Amino acid sequence: MKLITTIIKPFKLDDVREALSEVGIQGATVTEVKGFGRQKGHTEMYRGAEYSVDFLPKIKIEVAVKDDLLESAIEAITGAAKTGHIGDGKIFVSDLLQSIRIRTGESGDDAL
Amino acid sequence: MQDQIFELQYAMDTFYFLICGALVMWMAAGFAMLEAGLVRTKNTTEILTKNVALFAIACTMYLVCGYNFMYDGGLFLSGVTTVAGMDDAAIQAVLDASIESGFGDMGEYAGASDFFFQVVFVATAMSIVSGAVAERMKLWAFLLFAVVMTGFIYPIEGGWTWGGKSVFGLYELSYSDYAGSGIVHLAGAAAALAGVLLLGPRKGKYQESGAVKAIPGANLPLATLGTFILWMGWFGFNGGSTLKLGGIGVANEVANVFLNTNAAAAGGLIAAMITARLLFGKTDLTMCLNGALAGLVAITAEPADPTPLLSTFIGAIGGAIVVFSIVTLDKLRIDDPVGAISVHGTVGVFGIFAVLLSDSDATFMGQLIGMLTIFGWVFGTSLIAWIAIKAVMGIRVSAEEEEEGLDIIDCGMEAYPEFVNQ
Repeated sequence: MKLITTIIKPFKLDDVREALSEVGIQGATVTEVKGFGRQKGHTEMYRGAEYSVDFLPKIKIEVAVKDDLLESAIEAITGAAKTGHIGDGKIFVSDLLQSIRIRTGESGDDAL
Repeated sequence: MQDQIFELQYAMDTFYFLICGALVMWMAAGFAMLEAGLVRTKNTTEILTKNVALFAIACTMYLVCGYNFMYDGGLFLSGVTTVAGMDDAAIQAVLDASIESGFGDMGEYAGASDFFFQVVFVATAMSIVSGAVAERMKLWAFLLFAVVMTGFIYPIEGGWTWGGKSVFGLYELSYSDYAGSGIVHLAGAAAALAGVLLLGPRKGKYQESGAVKAIPGANLPLATLGTFILWMGWFGFNGGSTLKLGGIGVANEVANVFLNTNAAAAGGLIAAMITARLLFGKTDLTMCLNGALAGLVAITAEPADPTPLLSTFIGAIGGAIVVFSIVTLDKLRIDDPVGAISVHGTVGVFGIFAVLLSDSDATFMGQLIGMLTIFGWVFGTSLIAWIAIKAVMGIRVSAEEEEEGLDIIDCGMEAYPEFVNQ
């Protein structure tokens, strides 16, 4: 099992969700985050005082997948989230040691 | 027949005071929303608590002794006619007084309505302070100051001006201020300034380098709602200050006051909006809001005599002034989260002198001495009060408390608690 953590632009959430559904992935956890990479922030103005916003809003999606779905999941995310402009985001893949469905107690691949 | 007309006049003028008083009371909601919108989430509950509490304190202290200091209404309003007190003999006495003075004069009206109209002005003056000291003052230090301001400081200067009393027997004022640009607004700003100077700026607001850090407000919809509420309430504030409605001349005056008040607010907003756009390159909503209020403050000292166009200009000058004042106070490192000192103080001073643009009876010296008397008294006594409160209990929260937010520290509850508590 693998845990995919991906950071994407917020407006791409619906596209990514649909794309993941199409390859057979049925669950995800979504968090609103702020972050920065090589995309710089911007300056705003409040009552005459300038301030820089270095942390940009992003969406983080965490998906647990069976090993055989990993490649298609990555392709789906990349295809849906990409705009070609700086700030599109990143995908991180880590090993998932265990996974359990709380309602039934199923574990491993059966829990995904 | 004549008796019935006098009864009607009494009822109409009493009703007018009551309705205008209710509109000014509504301004308390306006202040609460405006301030809640311009502070951070973690300090929202506390500022709302300050606003509701100061209103209650103002109503009570003015009842206990303030009204007596200002208008000799009797301690605990002993001089005001109660329901039981208005028996047949009292009614006849009112009719006799009406017959004697005829239709031309001020006329008769219920004493209770006079108090009701006056008390909401006290609350307005006091609420000006709450925004300026926001986000770093101890709640109870503020409430303690409210007791002193509404029971004593404001009533005394109100007595010298609207009450017609001499200043400590030394001199009389010949100062013209229709609804209180100086008596209410400058006074509130003076008390606020004294507090802010002693309190210091919010942590991190002014950096070593001289840069000003922006601390954006958490809820601009609330701030906008608050401004519109204040705008509407101001019709009672200025309109009610005509003090009478029953009569052709006077009703026409009231109508012009409403019109001019509205025009000044509009002028103030437009001027502030354009000024901010030119200075900052962006159309800052909070400056627009402050601009509308500045326009209202500017016209408050004389909303009856100017033409509607002049009123618009007076408001517009106020709106332009307020933007520069806000920026200047920041340069002087005087931290005012909502711009209260600028809106009510800087523009309050302008409003006092704007009277000269349309009122030929007012004099420059009269306005100047009135302005200095009000400012000197309120600033001086406020400073003493703040220093005393600071000595007794301290006025500023600790650095950690300021970091955590006053909602948890003073009120034990968050304004938007649902992240953890379902």
